[in-house]
Amino acid sequence: MSDTTEIVKASLARRYRAERRFRFYGVLAITISLSFLAFLLISIVFRSIPAFTQSSIHLDVALDAETLGVSENPDYAELRTANYSGAIKKAMRERFPDVSKRKEKKNLYSLISSGAEFQLRDHVISDPTIIGGNTVIWLQADDELDALVAAVDDVTNIGDVKTRLNEQQRGWIAELQQAGEIKTRFNKTFFTNGDSREPELAGIKAALFGSAWTLLVTFLLSFPVAVCAAIYLEEFAPVNRWTDLIEVNINNLAAVPSIVFGLLGLAVFINFFALPRSAPLVGGIVLSLMTLPTIIISSRAALKAVPPSIREAAQGIGASQVQVVFHHVLPLAMPGILTGTIIGLAQALGETAPLLMIGMVAFIVDIPAGITDPATVLPVQVFLWADSPERAFVAKTSAAIVVLLLFLIVMNAVAVLLRKKFERRW
Amino acid sequence: MDEAQAVLDSIEGTVGEIAVDNPKMSMRDVDVFYAEKQAIFGVDLDVANNEVIAMIGPSGCGKSTFLRCLNRMNDTIPICRVSGSVMLDGDDIYAADQDPVLLRARVGMVFQKPNPFPKSIFDNVAYGARIHGLAANRAELDDIVVGSLKRAGLYEEVKSRLDAPGTSLSGGQQQRLCIARSIAVSPEVILMDEPCSALDPIATARIEELIDELRENYAIAIVTHSMQQAARVSQRTAYFHLGKLVEVGDTNEIFTNPQHELTENYITGRFG
Repeated sequence: MSDTTEIVKASLARRYRAERRFRFYGVLAITISLSFLAFLLISIVFRSIPAFTQSSIHLDVALDAETLGVSENPDYAELRTANYSGAIKKAMRERFPDVSKRKEKKNLYSLISSGAEFQLRDHVISDPTIIGGNTVIWLQADDELDALVAAVDDVTNIGDVKTRLNEQQRGWIAELQQAGEIKTRFNKTFFTNGDSREPELAGIKAALFGSAWTLLVTFLLSFPVAVCAAIYLEEFAPVNRWTDLIEVNINNLAAVPSIVFGLLGLAVFINFFALPRSAPLVGGIVLSLMTLPTIIISSRAALKAVPPSIREAAQGIGASQVQVVFHHVLPLAMPGILTGTIIGLAQALGETAPLLMIGMVAFIVDIPAGITDPATVLPVQVFLWADSPERAFVAKTSAAIVVLLLFLIVMNAVAVLLRKKFERRW
Repeated sequence: MDEAQAVLDSIEGTVGEIAVDNPKMSMRDVDVFYAEKQAIFGVDLDVANNEVIAMIGPSGCGKSTFLRCLNRMNDTIPICRVSGSVMLDGDDIYAADQDPVLLRARVGMVFQKPNPFPKSIFDNVAYGARIHGLAANRAELDDIVVGSLKRAGLYEEVKSRLDAPGTSLSGGQQQRLCIARSIAVSPEVILMDEPCSALDPIATARIEELIDELRENYAIAIVTHSMQQAARVSQRTAYFHLGKLVEVGDTNEIFTNPQHELTENYITGRFG
């Protein structure tokens, strides 16, 4: 046996140990990061569950014209301003005839959401002939009731669950539950409403649409501009001091704190160009400034990764530079470009700070119908709800995060599909 | 380094007859620089019609660089600079009014590694005709594609799957596809940069037969590492060394009776 064999043999065990050590570190690193992720996801999803359900109370409401304060044959304007809350209160009093003290009455009324009168209003407007008779309707319950019935089975014995409902109120709830007059179902309101001060009425739709409009503006502005810039810089621009300078600046731009872009948007687009405040248009422009460098850098990398043999092949049979780029290089670089775009847009989707500066932190109840309507976006909605004192907003916040994550997953899925479509093997 | 410089200095002019009657391409005093480094030193050479001229020499001797000057492929390398005159049918291809796109349609190129486009076999061959607008309608395009594939000796093997991706072919078939792609635009000259270096001997033999057939219609300049190949396919051979053209002449003459010492050393296998 030669010396080499001996020496290699002696070192083999040490080398394999090193490999095992490294594998262990790798598995450890992945386990740690995955467990953090799992912890985060599980806690958010778990907290968000109450937000997806909504309790309703069964009420037999007497709709006499006197209580509603309308004439015998009311017109639409009258119906809109009628005293529905009075009718509901009356129905509540009739359901619990023992309640007489003023404070007790107030407690009783608070079991029903303040949105219930609009529910009743819509119900009446859809069929005004029911005025004069009685109507049976499921009305939205207050968020405290909602949280309590979701948390405990027996509301008279709540243990250490915290609630603002007193013993008497819980007694009423128990009575309603026994009579089957409280039911819990899927919370459609959360997906059909805008923001509200009342947690049981607050919904994600306005923020969802705000995000969608903002991202649309961002995509339409940043994608074509960034891809054109990347193609020019990578395929056409001469290499000199100017292009070097531009490259350095693009890289720097990617590292600028996002709040600075918000200040820029405020100063330039809102103050100077007088574009509407709180609008997805301005939000989208500001976010595309942030997204541009990301897309440019990744697009350039994707273009650079196209093998030079393809360029040579096309040039060799007399394709012009534009033909080389658009017939051969760009299609091959497209998957990479799309990946970069999605990463940039995902960043934009989660961005909060610059939008605070341009007023997209507003309390938005109406669903934005276009890019100039006041709007807010999902992460800002999360921020707003996390800031609200009502306990039910904890669940809403988590639910908003879940929606945000789902939005991201959908975006990524689209990106994967597009990549599959464009991917060509050679 | 100094030794190489001494050898370089010792090469004075080119042995053999560089000129031919009625040349297709004619290069005079061609220098090529990569930034400050000179890669080609004053090369004079003619390429004749219906002739295969082989360019041989040790690695790094500049034969590929020189070949790429002939259809201005070096233009794409920013630091590369070419001086001297390269004439195609008497016109200087580096003149200001010459268009590299037109030039490359007239002087086609086949590369070392087969590089079909990631498209179908048909589209690969049709691409050149399409971008230059050579076919007025689909039938003409079909004729061009089929004709080119036939002349490249590939048609029989692929006629049933013209819409299969070009990259699904074997290495030798891919290279013949690249040749078909080049001849589809009816060039006048075909440049081949070590077209067989990535192929097995059987595929190489096919390509060599093909080159011999193509000679009837084109002027062909081929760079090769294999002296046997040069001997088999070419009528004239040029020997490059350290960026200078050492010797040029009839292929049989070069291989049996080289005039220059460096040529002889290379051919007898003393270096390379």
